Amino acid sequence: MAEIALKSLAHSYLPNPTKPGDYAIREMNHVWQQGGAYALLGPSGCGKSTLLNIISGLLEPSSGEVLFDGERVNSLPPEARNIAQVFQFPVVYDTMTVYDNLAFPLRNVKTPEDRVHERVMEVADALELTPHLKRKAKNLSADEKQKVSMGRGLVRDDVSAILFDEPLTVIDPQLKWKLRRKLKEIHQRFEITMVYVTHDQLEASTFADKIAVMYEGQVVQFGTPRELFEAPNHTFVGYFIGSPGMNFIDVSLRNGRVMAGETELHIGREIAKALQDVRTTNVKLGIRPEFIEVHDTAVEGSMAVDVEHVQDLGTYSILYLKLGETSLKARIEEEQDAPVGKAYLRFPNDRVGLYVDEFRVEVPHE
Amino acid sequence: MNKVQNNRAWWLILPMLLLVAFSAIIPLMTVVNYSVQDVFDANTRFFTGTEWFKEMLNDPALQAAVLRQFAFSLTVLAIEVPLGIGIALIMPKRGWQASAVLILVTMPLLIPWNVVGSIWQIFTRGDIGLMGWSLRELGYGYNITASPVDAWATIILMDVWHWTPLIALLCYSGLRSIPDAYYQAARIDRASQWAVFRHIQLPKLTNVLVIGVLLRFMHSFMIYAEPFVLTGGGPGSSTTFLSQSLTTMAIGQQDLGPSAAFSLIYFLIILLVSWVFYTAIMNMQKDKKQEGA
Repeated sequence: MAEIALKSLAHSYLPNPTKPGDYAIREMNHVWQQGGAYALLGPSGCGKSTLLNIISGLLEPSSGEVLFDGERVNSLPPEARNIAQVFQFPVVYDTMTVYDNLAFPLRNVKTPEDRVHERVMEVADALELTPHLKRKAKNLSADEKQKVSMGRGLVRDDVSAILFDEPLTVIDPQLKWKLRRKLKEIHQRFEITMVYVTHDQLEASTFADKIAVMYEGQVVQFGTPRELFEAPNHTFVGYFIGSPGMNFIDVSLRNGRVMAGETELHIGREIAKALQDVRTTNVKLGIRPEFIEVHDTAVEGSMAVDVEHVQDLGTYSILYLKLGETSLKARIEEEQDAPVGKAYLRFPNDRVGLYVDEFRVEVPHE
Repeated sequence: MNKVQNNRAWWLILPMLLLVAFSAIIPLMTVVNYSVQDVFDANTRFFTGTEWFKEMLNDPALQAAVLRQFAFSLTVLAIEVPLGIGIALIMPKRGWQASAVLILVTMPLLIPWNVVGSIWQIFTRGDIGLMGWSLRELGYGYNITASPVDAWATIILMDVWHWTPLIALLCYSGLRSIPDAYYQAARIDRASQWAVFRHIQLPKLTNVLVIGVLLRFMHSFMIYAEPFVLTGGGPGSSTTFLSQSLTTMAIGQQDLGPSAAFSLIYFLIILLVSWVFYTAIMNMQKDKKQEGA
């Protein structure tokens, strides 16, 4: 049981990293609290697995510190860290039975056999592996094997945390859902810190209380699924979370008016005010497709757009719109009829985010 | 789609059948033919039935050769398999060292059989051979033409030198194919070096070891050129193995009937032992029979 802290941690696979792009993990600070269920979400190659391997000790970071309960563990090998890790592809010891597989981590440290039995039976029960205990692990199906891999992490009562590296990649969709629920259940039952790496936002938000979104070797936001959805900290989080992702509109201030290219945007004055102090040209407004109001006829403060295409997804539709030069997506529920040709949009003030150099800037509302 | 039934399609397998017939069936049948007859010349022959087989099975010289052959094959297997695995485990995994070691290890495999025999014949000579001379200088009266023990030890050493690389190479490739995740999981599970070998490496090597053991068994059971060149089967008949007995009988004495019968017995022994090996190893991987599974 432990709190895991990362202090100005950075890692590069190159011997002499110079530019930021050389780093798999850019300098970061982060804390995983004891007992939490966390997800580490990000696209392939963003450094998620590297980070996980650093925590478990399979990799030693180039700089910075890994602290378990305040104690520096950088140079400790995984064997000495009391940490469990489940890999993307199930790892089982082929020639052993399921029982022996589960008992393996305990027997390696000479746990008394009656204690081993007790733990194995408890974990097998939690993972619904009891009927398979006598089978050879080699002959199990992929999801059963992955359960055995997880079980080997769970049997140890000394683990500080269990790390999951995209553990459900090889599992069938309907079983995925089942296993995810199982994991959640186990988290509640054993109260172990769990860090779950995935590139699937749905998987992350069903499993975790808090999600860390990684992008180019950095954690760009750490928050609840709701926070990530409603107030993305970084444009990447906006794109990556939600389906479809957030709309981003390049804007500039001209004569006190907020312009997207040659089109004026009808939005709250506070944005225009905030824009006055911005020195860079990389300025974007972000709004979720779900939050755009779509009307058939002009209403006060609305902007006319062309409807280019409607994608009907059953319970909702996605409108592909053109506002001047800017492409937008809006989502409407099935009760609302999709407008044809022209539509009128309104951006609710409190749903519009201002992004300067890709990071969100808080705009005080009047 | 409509499936058309046309039995003339059977003709299409004719070329294959001919090929197999000429490469395997006809030569084998010739041997069978000889094994049940006593042939004097092109026009004189007698049907003998199982007589040659009985005679061969009861021949004390051949029985001794069979035992000698088994002793030899099992000894070299017992040495070469563990040694090959061991070498594969310590071979470097990457960099120029890996390539260099691979080439060095492969070298003995590239040398023709009777050249190997010749090399060792010279190597073990007491007057000019490095090994023979050194052993004598150290005070051991090493002589493969007089001492059966020396002859045996040398032949086994030679075979180990010649063929352990095969096992090592097979195991090396097998080890290379184990994903890193297995080693990482083992570290996380706090497994000892021995446990990693016993539960990860060895099981993953099973398939290449099956091939290795079968190849080495068949090879060593048929060994001919190397001992023939090195010791000529002596001293006495202490290193006369089956192939050499057979050659003496068939080519030297022209006893075609008995040699044919003996060839078939020889072939069946190899087939039987290989099958037993294969089945035994494959069975180890199966689940034990259990209710409801």
